[in-house]
Amino acid sequence: KSYKKIDEELFEELEEVLITADVGVNTTMRIIEDVKDKVKERKITEVEEIRELLKEELKEILTEVDENISLNIEPSPAIVLVVGVNGVGKTTTIGKLAYRLKNEGKKVLIAAGDTFRAAAIEQLTEWSNRAGVDIIAHQEGADPAAVIYDGIQAAKARKSDVLICDTAGRLHNKKNLMNELNKIFRIVEREYPEATKEVLLVVDATTGQNAVLQAKTFKEACDISGIVLTKLDGTAKGGVVLAVQSELKVPVKLVGVGEKIYDLQDFDPDNFVEAIFSE
Amino acid sequence: MIFESLAEKLQKSLNKLKGKGKLSEKDVKQVMREVKLALLEADVNFKVVKKFVNSVKERAVGHEVMESLTPGQQVIKIVNDELTKLMGEEQKKIEFAPQPPTIIMMCGLQGAGKTTTSGKLGILLKKKGKSPLLVACDIYRPAAIKQLEVVGEKADIPVFSMGDKQNPVNIAKASIEHAKKNGYDVVILDTAGRLHIDEELMDELENIKSEVNPKEILLVVDAMTGQDAVTVAESFNDKLGIDGVVLTKLDGDARGGAALSIRAVTDKPIKFVGMGEKLDQLEPFYPDRMASRILGM
Ligand SMILES: Nc1nc2c(ncn2[C@@H]2O[C@H](COP(=O)(O)OP(=O)(O)OP(=O)(O)O)[C@@H](O)[C@H]2O)c(=O)[nH]1
Ligand SMILES: Nc1nc2c(ncn2[C@@H]2O[C@H](COP(=O)(O)OP(=O)(O)OP(=O)(O)O)[C@@H](O)[C@H]2O)c(=O)[nH]1
Ligand SMILES: [K+]
Ligand SMILES: [Mg+2]
Ligand SMILES: [Mg+2]
Repeated sequence: KSYKKIDEELFEELEEVLITADVGVNTTMRIIEDVKDKVKERKITEVEEIRELLKEELKEILTEVDENISLNIEPSPAIVLVVGVNGVGKTTTIGKLAYRLKNEGKKVLIAAGDTFRAAAIEQLTEWSNRAGVDIIAHQEGADPAAVIYDGIQAAKARKSDVLICDTAGRLHNKKNLMNELNKIFRIVEREYPEATKEVLLVVDATTGQNAVLQAKTFKEACDISGIVLTKLDGTAKGGVVLAVQSELKVPVKLVGVGEKIYDLQDFDPDNFVEAIFSE
Repeated sequence: MIFESLAEKLQKSLNKLKGKGKLSEKDVKQVMREVKLALLEADVNFKVVKKFVNSVKERAVGHEVMESLTPGQQVIKIVNDELTKLMGEEQKKIEFAPQPPTIIMMCGLQGAGKTTTSGKLGILLKKKGKSPLLVACDIYRPAAIKQLEVVGEKADIPVFSMGDKQNPVNIAKASIEHAKKNGYDVVILDTAGRLHIDEELMDELENIKSEVNPKEILLVVDAMTGQDAVTVAESFNDKLGIDGVVLTKLDGDARGGAALSIRAVTDKPIKFVGMGEKLDQLEPFYPDRMASRILGM
C-alpha cells in the first residue's frame, strides 16, 4: 500500500497494523504518539519515512534491555529453567535447545520437572533421545522440586555444562501452582548458587494481551530473564512481546518456528519487525 | 483489577447525560470509543470490533435514557445484549448420529487442548450413558499416543491406537470398524495439532472427514488467543466445515475475546469451555457469561 499524505488516516492504518499484530491498545497508542512527536520534530513529510520511523521505534523497544540478546549460559555450569502457561511449547523448546547446545559442544543434561501432565515425562524422554542428551526423571506424580534437586546434583556430579529443567504448564492466576514454581526457583538458588542462571518464559505467538499478565506474574514467582516466542511459523505475529518488553524489560531471546528439532532460532528484531508489516 | 472496569469508565463518561432524555449520536460515539478499546483490550479481532461497534451505535442512538437507570448502565445493557446475541443465544449440545457410532473429530492448532478435551468429552458422554472410544490419530507429537492412553486410563475409557507408523486416515477408518464391532456408540478422534496454513496436514483432516464423515467436527481453541483467532477459525471452517468450538483454558484470566471473533467469522456455536487441566473440568458454554467476561464485568 502507498499513502499519499501524512494525515490521521495514515496513523490509523499504522495503528491497525500494530493492533492486528497483538501489540495491544495501550502500547500501540503510546508508540504512535511517539512516532507523531518525532514526525513533527524532524519535520518528516514522506509517508515511507514514517513507516521506517515506526519500524525503528519498534526495534528500539525490542533492544532496549540489551543490544546483544543472547542466552545467559556462560560461564559453565549453567542452569536454564523453562516456565510458562499450558501448551505453549516448553517441552519442545527444551528438546530443540538441548540439541543446539549439544551441537555447540556442550555437555547437556535435562530434568523432567513436569510430573503432572499425562505422558509429559515420556514426551521429554523422546526429546532427550532425539537430542542425544541425558535426562533425569522421576515417576508421574512425584514432587517436581525433588526432580530439580536431583537434576542439580546429577549436573554437578557429571560436570554438565548446562542443565535444562522442564516444568509443568501452569496458568499464572493459580496461586498454589505459582507457589510450587517459586519453591523450585528457590531450590535452584540454594542448591546451585555457582551456576549461571537463565529463566525462560515461553510465550505462544498466537497469545493476545494475556501474555502481559503472564509475564508479570511469572516474573514475580521466578524472576524470568528471557522470553522464548514459539509458533512464529503460523500467521500470528507475536506482537504482544512488544507490550511485555516495554512494560517489564524482559527481552525475547529465542523463537520457535516449527515442531522439528532444528526449528529454534535466535531472536532477530529486524526480522520480527519486518514480519509485523508483511501480509 | 488492573484495568478500570468498562462499567466504571462508561459510568464516568456518561454521568453528565443523566436525565437527558435520549442519547444523541455524539453521546453514543463517545461511549462507543470506550467500548471499542475494551473489546480490543479483550483480544476481540480488530475488524470484528469495528463491525460490532457500528451496529451497536445504530441501536443506541435515540434510545431512551430512563430515569430509573443511569445512562451508563443503559448503554452497557445494550452492548451486553448485542454481544450475547452475537455469541449465540442458546446453548448448543453435541448432536448424535441416528445410526451409531457418533463420530466426533477434534482439531485445532498445536497445544490448544485437543487431547485433554477428548478425555473430558468422553467422561461427559459416559455420564450421559454413552459408551465412548478414544482414538489416537496423532502420530507426530512425541508421546502423543501415550498421553491419550494415560488420559483414557484416568477417564476409564478405552483407547484405540495403531502406533505411529500408520496413516491417521487409516487409523480413523479402522477405529470405526472397531467401534461397530465392539458396541461403542461414540468415537472421539484426537488428531495432531497443526497450523491452518499447513496444507499437507489440513488435507489429512479433510481426508479423514471424507472417509469417516464425522457428525461433529469440533475446533479446539485456546481462550488466550489474540487477533489471529479469526484467521485460524476461518481456515479450519473453510476447509472442514466445523460444527462447533471448544474454548479451553478459561480457568485463566484471559478475557477471551477470541470467542467473539470466532463466532463472528464462522457463525458456529461454542459448545463447551475447558475450565482446568483435570478431566472433569469441561462445562457447557453460556453466551451471557462470556459477554460479561469479554466486557470485563
Ligand atoms: N508450529 C509450531 N508448533 C510448536 C512449536 N513449539 C511447540 N509446538 C507444538 O506445540 C505443542 C505443545 O508443545 P509442548 O512442548 O508440549 O508445550 P508445553 O508448553 O510443554 O505444554 P505443557 O507441558 O502441556 O504445558 C506441540 O504439538 C508442539 O509440537 C513451534 O515453534 N511451532
Ligand atoms: N488450565 C487449563 N489447562 C488446559 C485446559 N485444557 C488443556 N489444558 C492443558 O493444556 C496443555 C495442552 O493440552 P493438550 O490436550 O495436550 O493439547 P493438544 O491440543 O492435544 O496439543 P497437541 O496435540 O500438541 O496439539 C496441557 O498442559 C493441558 O493440561 C484447560 O481447560 N485449562
Ligand atoms: K508468524
Ligand atoms: Mg511440557
Ligand atoms: Mg494432542
